[in-house]
Amino acid sequence: MIDHRVQRLLLRIGLYVVALGLSVVFLFPLVWAVGASLKPLLEVYRYPPSLLFWPLRWDNYTEAIAKLPFLRFITNTLMISTAATLGQVLSASMVGYAFARLRWRGRNFWFVCLLATMMLPGQVLLIPNYLIFKNLGWVNTYKPLIVPAWLGGGAFFIFLFRQFFRGVPADLTDAAHIDGASEIRIYASIILPLARPVMITVGVLSFMGNWQEFMMPLIYLSDYQLYPISMGLRMYQQVEGGSYVHYLMAASVVALCPLVLLFFFAQRHITQSLLLTGSKG
Amino acid sequence: MNLPTSRARRENLFGYLFAAPWLIGFGGLTLVSMTASLFFSLIHWDGINVDTIRWAGVDNYARALGDGDVAIALWNTAYYSFVSVPLGLAFGLALAMLLNQPLKGVTLFRTIFYMPAVVGGVATIMMWIWIFNPDYGLLNSALYRFCDGLAALGWEAAAGWRMPSWIFSQDWAMPSLILMSLWGTGSAMLIFLAALQNVPDSLYEASDLDGAGRWAKFRYVTVPQISPALFFNLVMGVIGSFQVFTQAFLMTNGGPNKATLFYVLYLYNKAFSDFELGYASALAWILFLIILALTALIFRSGQLWVYYEGE
Repeated sequence: MIDHRVQRLLLRIGLYVVALGLSVVFLFPLVWAVGASLKPLLEVYRYPPSLLFWPLRWDNYTEAIAKLPFLRFITNTLMISTAATLGQVLSASMVGYAFARLRWRGRNFWFVCLLATMMLPGQVLLIPNYLIFKNLGWVNTYKPLIVPAWLGGGAFFIFLFRQFFRGVPADLTDAAHIDGASEIRIYASIILPLARPVMITVGVLSFMGNWQEFMMPLIYLSDYQLYPISMGLRMYQQVEGGSYVHYLMAASVVALCPLVLLFFFAQRHITQSLLLTGSKG
Repeated sequence: MNLPTSRARRENLFGYLFAAPWLIGFGGLTLVSMTASLFFSLIHWDGINVDTIRWAGVDNYARALGDGDVAIALWNTAYYSFVSVPLGLAFGLALAMLLNQPLKGVTLFRTIFYMPAVVGGVATIMMWIWIFNPDYGLLNSALYRFCDGLAALGWEAAAGWRMPSWIFSQDWAMPSLILMSLWGTGSAMLIFLAALQNVPDSLYEASDLDGAGRWAKFRYVTVPQISPALFFNLVMGVIGSFQVFTQAFLMTNGGPNKATLFYVLYLYNKAFSDFELGYASALAWILFLIILALTALIFRSGQLWVYYEGE
């Protein structure tokens, strides 16, 4: 009996050790980068490397921000991400509602088309899209990064909304129908308020995705004044043959901070929404 | 469909209204661009001057078949996919099983494991470039200390071992990118976790009565029960891994000596550096066909090993 209890205790301790060890492994790249961002350049290039250096060189941050138009990059990223995220959340929730709750001709056919687009690699559309946007005069503007986001926001987000809306009890909307409420009112005043957890999930995932987007700005933006932070970091990487490592790390840490904060605030909603969707298949 | 009442007719109208953003995008952008891309794959064009368009027929496809770089890029991409996806699934499942234990602070662990999957992009790629630095990076610094430790313990030879140059070495560049991909396995983990939490306890209790051991329970209860999640992660993993671009573009730019020349990177170079729009479009369609074929293959095999409730 005691043997059995000791065995179980040991197993639990073992699990904690594994979980803590893995946590260290998962967090270490970030810790390492923060460490490098606080060292003077000579210390960054010391062999063998140290994890941290004393005293911390906070000037790396102010100097990094001054070296390149860092604040401009961040403002640009904020503008693009906000506009694209709004579009993705609004349009994906509308389309998800249509697929989940409304009966319309061809709905199943279009749903199969929607799922099929998940298999379509973006590269097939890349070149024609580029030519279309170029002829519209959209190169070196944010339109190619924002307008497509308002057109449904992608199969995954639509699917997420659809799964959630299908779970809303029919009684809730039936009563409103009998009272003569329009579909738009039902969507706006009954469905959307209920969908807060999914809205937060899609909003946060979409914002992070837009914040990190690299290929689209790489293709459509050539004026560095328009660059989002993803392209800006590449400038830090390239400037003066890569001798800016400490600045690059400082800029990367600052660029990640909003995402890490956002993630920690929203992670409960995100994991729960995804766990719910995943369990429904 | 029969629409007898005015309410059904109104609902039909609103259905189209609500789906309109996606329908417009799908018809106006996706389908148009797909058709255009198919047409481009049959011509030679630099994308600038319409007068330079020449009909190519299947020349672009034939050229891809004989292009040594395409063969290298395909091999690299397939290698990355076939190693990183199964490893990622195994690692993700192991993490999910760990998080499925009744541990205190499990939410914090879940947050930590999941974070790199969504918080990433160029900033973390820059961090990884520095981690992989052969002389001043985290990995070799840890390895160096580990070998020093071995030497101190009496294994003298360990002190003389040479450290890998990671992304700067032709042999190690691909394993480096695979290692990095494991760091972002949190999405698969979360889906496995959802599946694990839905396995009915009664099944485990029944197998306890049958005297099943841990392995038997994993093999004959857990795996069939979570096979839909495994299937989903496999499909998404394969589709995603064939479209790797940003890491390769920023970390190695296809090198050293084409060791990380991924398919989409090659396609990008052809389209936006060499302005061979026709050839790049043909490459894109070949990629689409490969992804379709692989997905179809996984779906067919899924009939054998995916277990759905109520079948």
